[in-house]
Amino acid sequence: MRKVLTLAALTAAIIFPLVARPLGWDFYIGFASRVLIYALAASSLNLVLGYGGMLSFGHAAFVGVGAYTVAVLMVEGVANAWVSWPLAIAVSGLLAAAIGAASLRTRGVYFIMITLAFAQMIYYIAVGTRVYGGEEGLNLGSRSLVGFGLDLKDGVTFYYLVLTVLAGTLYCLHRLIRARFGRVIEAIRENETRMEAIGFPTYQYKLVCFVIGGGLAGLAGALLANQNDYVNPNLLYWTQSGSLMIMVILGGVGYHYGGLLGATVLLLLEEVFSAYTTYWQLPVGVAMLAIVLFAPQGLAGIVGRRSLAHRIADG
Amino acid sequence: MSGILIIEQALNGLQFGLMLFLLAAGLTLVFGIMDMINLAHGSLYMVGAFLAATFVDLTGSFWLGVLLALVGTAAIGMLLEMSLLRRLYGRDHLSQVLATFALILIANELVRMVWGPQVALNAPAALAGPVRLLPGLTYPSYRLVIIAVGLAVAVLLYFLVAKTRVGMLVRAGASNREMATAMGVDIKRLFTLVFGFGAALCAIAGAMLGPILAVQVGMGESILILAFVVIVIGGIGSIRGALVGALLVGMVDTIGRAFIPALLRAALPPQLASAAGPALASILIYVLMAAILFWKPQGLFPARG
Amino acid sequence: MAEPMLAIEGLTKRFGGVVAADNVSLAASRGEIHALIGPNGAGKTTLIQQLSGALAPDAGRIYFEGRDITRLAFHQRVAIGLARSYQITSLFPRLTALDNVALAVLARSGSSLSFWRPAAAERVVFDQARSALERVGLGGRENAIAGLLAHGEQRLLEVGLALATNARLLLLDEPMAGMGPEESERMIALIGALKGAITVLLVEHDMDAVFRLADRISVLVSGRIIATGAPGDIRASAEVKRAYLGEALAA
Repeated sequence: MRKVLTLAALTAAIIFPLVARPLGWDFYIGFASRVLIYALAASSLNLVLGYGGMLSFGHAAFVGVGAYTVAVLMVEGVANAWVSWPLAIAVSGLLAAAIGAASLRTRGVYFIMITLAFAQMIYYIAVGTRVYGGEEGLNLGSRSLVGFGLDLKDGVTFYYLVLTVLAGTLYCLHRLIRARFGRVIEAIRENETRMEAIGFPTYQYKLVCFVIGGGLAGLAGALLANQNDYVNPNLLYWTQSGSLMIMVILGGVGYHYGGLLGATVLLLLEEVFSAYTTYWQLPVGVAMLAIVLFAPQGLAGIVGRRSLAHRIADG
Repeated sequence: MSGILIIEQALNGLQFGLMLFLLAAGLTLVFGIMDMINLAHGSLYMVGAFLAATFVDLTGSFWLGVLLALVGTAAIGMLLEMSLLRRLYGRDHLSQVLATFALILIANELVRMVWGPQVALNAPAALAGPVRLLPGLTYPSYRLVIIAVGLAVAVLLYFLVAKTRVGMLVRAGASNREMATAMGVDIKRLFTLVFGFGAALCAIAGAMLGPILAVQVGMGESILILAFVVIVIGGIGSIRGALVGALLVGMVDTIGRAFIPALLRAALPPQLASAAGPALASILIYVLMAAILFWKPQGLFPARG
Repeated sequence: MAEPMLAIEGLTKRFGGVVAADNVSLAASRGEIHALIGPNGAGKTTLIQQLSGALAPDAGRIYFEGRDITRLAFHQRVAIGLARSYQITSLFPRLTALDNVALAVLARSGSSLSFWRPAAAERVVFDQARSALERVGLGGRENAIAGLLAHGEQRLLEVGLALATNARLLLLDEPMAGMGPEESERMIALIGALKGAITVLLVEHDMDAVFRLADRISVLVSGRIIATGAPGDIRASAEVKRAYLGEALAA
């Protein structure tokens, strides 16, 4: 059943611009790209939060750092995506390694606060770095160059690239969750003490999970920088981390498509409501509240999937 | 750097710290006793400030306005607790984050709809002038009043928590919730009261700081972060910790912002100094928090074992 | 005598004013079932915590197979052959019994930093997990969700997890907690079957089980070992009777 749904969704996603462009819906193609990019960011957080059980409240920092890496490189003359995007992943991953190493020794609310604090630090550093825009932010000027005769300035081309990246990432995450690493990480989330008691160095696994999540967030950031042609420190503010968390929770924590579902719903809600009122955050907030109170498993719970740990033996 | 400047900044730090304490006290109690992460705490602070602006306008008296705002915010807080927030006790922290984050959005928009993006709140005319503390040092009398109010509330809180029966129940609840329930404490009423009290404290801080910082939509978010830093440093559930933490954060932040850029300019080339100065000053309290957690992972005065 | 499998020397642990472990010394030889008994609050679990590595002692040393492991990290002790089971059942309730044990097998089967190959494909791991389940008598329950197992079966799985790590020394913390007589028989048979092959430090309240299983017994009272010896000697000891009678009177 799930394979059918996945295939259907993928097909729809592939066909969408082919239908939209002739209809003059270029704006919606851009919107769709944005949704997919946030789906990527939310999925990276879902790995850390949903599967790993780590309530990281500073994930926006990794997205932002990835975005800034691409922007800064662009401004300094490096426009090649094959250079700047992997670098964005690497820089975010390294930052995640540093922050993770410092934070993962703590638990509960202290972990939340420390990740939050580090993210705020990065935010203020971005604000203070006036040479790269400071509070004003930085304009990229153009999109990254991918070669192969593809021009990312074309909305449809960019959309397909983003779709490919997202689909590829989701597939890799699918493999990762079913591999040893994913099983171990989920088990650590379920009962960390027992995992240590049977011999797993849980700190190491959590750190690796945190770094992978950070690196993928950096990739999302790289795409975001291209999408907006602009970066600014607000990408790093803690409320952005909050939004990412909201997406994951909305979509279903620990559910494979949680990030995608949550990003789609949240951004759609924002888009729909802002067409009717400037006070669109109000109905969005109410919708979120309703979901927490009445559908605690997120949308995945409504659809009928429980975020039950998958049976390891069955894959 | 003159001694006068240092004293002045120290007083600013004291003032800011005491107001932070008002926010942190309510936050740490809610977190410590009800085990709830309440991101909407900053929104109560905002509502307090906006209500104060309106009541001051209506009554023409600053202090009456603040008092009414206090009562109004406390009422709103208790209503919120009874209708919505009490469903979140016992839920996982993630759900609490989502729900209270949603409340921030709702509160911001409601305030925007009723008042617009910002309002003006002015200090009472009688306190508009400076006071001469020392030869060469004048200090705005309004800020002195803020310090006085902050100290008064701190003393009141100490008295309430340490010397009254309600305070004892609150402390019992903070250190061991199950025990408190087992002892027959009417937990529901206690929680509502605690929440309302915390909301009142937020209102005082919001109203008092209103004339100095701007009263605008979204003012809660930036101070909320600081309040969380304070309670983590101080130890969750501990009012004493909230006070010490708030004073620490208030002082470090204010003095840091005042002097670090100057210090850096003296030591580094101007390009570097002007870039690093403000950034370093801003992140100082986070570095402080990380350092304290490293040394004392549960904060300075953890209420819970 | 050959070098003891486990040697504890002068282990001390204080919590504020309370002395949970007071200069505890103990030795267990290879293949021995060594029981640790004592009234409630004597500090038995605290001792297990220190032996497994969850708690750091204030003073004293722990030697495992001659090696000083006092400072060795929790998970590293498992790697060298020392595992524990919990008094309060600590399983992965949402996974099947087979998956539970498979995790323990995974832990000792090379690095799990494997990101691509499905874990389900690892036949060897699951075959070993099945054997471990059979060893504790849960062979027919491999697809049952752990959280839904009967209490007795959960306790068996609890021990099974520790066994599956291929530990040579097992620290069993009240494995029979909350078990009825029939279930206890299964557990006694299980632990008895380990004798000679695996060294067991058994903390238990069930005196029947203790006297049937133990090669030697140590009695812990208020953090101190007041007697160590063969079951017969312990049973006859006046001091031990006083320690327990005291508890019986208070109960």
